[in-house]
Amino acid sequence: MENNHHTEEQNDGHIAEAHHPSYGINILVWIGLLSLTAITVAVAGINLGSLALTVALVIALVKSMFVINFFMHLKFDNKVFKIFLGICMITFIVVMILTFFDLTFRI
Amino acid sequence: MSYNSDSSVQEIQEVHIHRDDFGSKMGMWLFLFTEILLFGGLFILYAGYRFIYSEGFAAAATELDVLLGTINTVILLTSSLTVVLAIVALQKENKKLSLFFLWVTVICGLIFLVNKYFEWGAKFHHGVYPKGPALQNMSEGEVMYFGLYFVMTGLHGLHIVVGLIFIGYVMRQIQKDVITSSNFQKLENSGLYWHLVDIIWIFLFPLFYLIH
Repeated sequence: MENNHHTEEQNDGHIAEAHHPSYGINILVWIGLLSLTAITVAVAGINLGSLALTVALVIALVKSMFVINFFMHLKFDNKVFKIFLGICMITFIVVMILTFFDLTFRI
Repeated sequence: MSYNSDSSVQEIQEVHIHRDDFGSKMGMWLFLFTEILLFGGLFILYAGYRFIYSEGFAAAATELDVLLGTINTVILLTSSLTVVLAIVALQKENKKLSLFFLWVTVICGLIFLVNKYFEWGAKFHHGVYPKGPALQNMSEGEVMYFGLYFVMTGLHGLHIVVGLIFIGYVMRQIQKDVITSSNFQKLENSGLYWHLVDIIWIFLFPLFYLIH
């Protein structure tokens, strides 16, 4: 922190103007999220068999990417948060895969 | 000597209150990752049991009200939007509008909880609750499904309550001009928390309501 003292003084450790605030883009994202909700409910009515779960999860993932990038501002934020999120998701997926190894190969 | 330097440090602190928005945000994100792993564990449990009892899960899911689940999804998505709009409004120095948007969020959160109350109430009425009489006639898979349903939506509901308290606290601070257009990291943090709760619901909804 001592080394950063100069930059700290310049913006005082404050990040008030991270990006240009705008109502429009967020309302657009919200409309997108509502449309995806309508799609996932409509698709659930169709009998897709084993594909149904995959389709539902893909739509949920797209929705959460919208929320994370726009509502949570990750798109406009410091790269370190994206790296953190990546590590978190990889940890989750690894534990998930290991669990399924156990489930599938247990006799 | 050491006493002197201590007092000079104190003096400086009185003049310049240190603030670290980046550190605050990072702390919030790190906390959110522990939340993701907390719910992640439950999602893995869900995945494992759904894999074993796919028929039981499909049978039990038909007892949930898809319309009510959809309405709650729309409510939460809208409440997430209004939190972001509250941040935009505050950045544009419109304190009143910011507070209005946060009120909408709080009302949406409360409606969500009321819907959950009726949903759970109806289940309890039919004897569907942990160790309830209706579970005696169900298959193992259906019992597992309802166990996970109550734990996961219950924990999620608890997060809604915490989020509402957090947002209520932030609203008071905005009112008192502690949180302002140049100092709103706390508002941003409460928003991050609320959006995470929204994302968890985005996954809970198809996994519990939309299985056929």
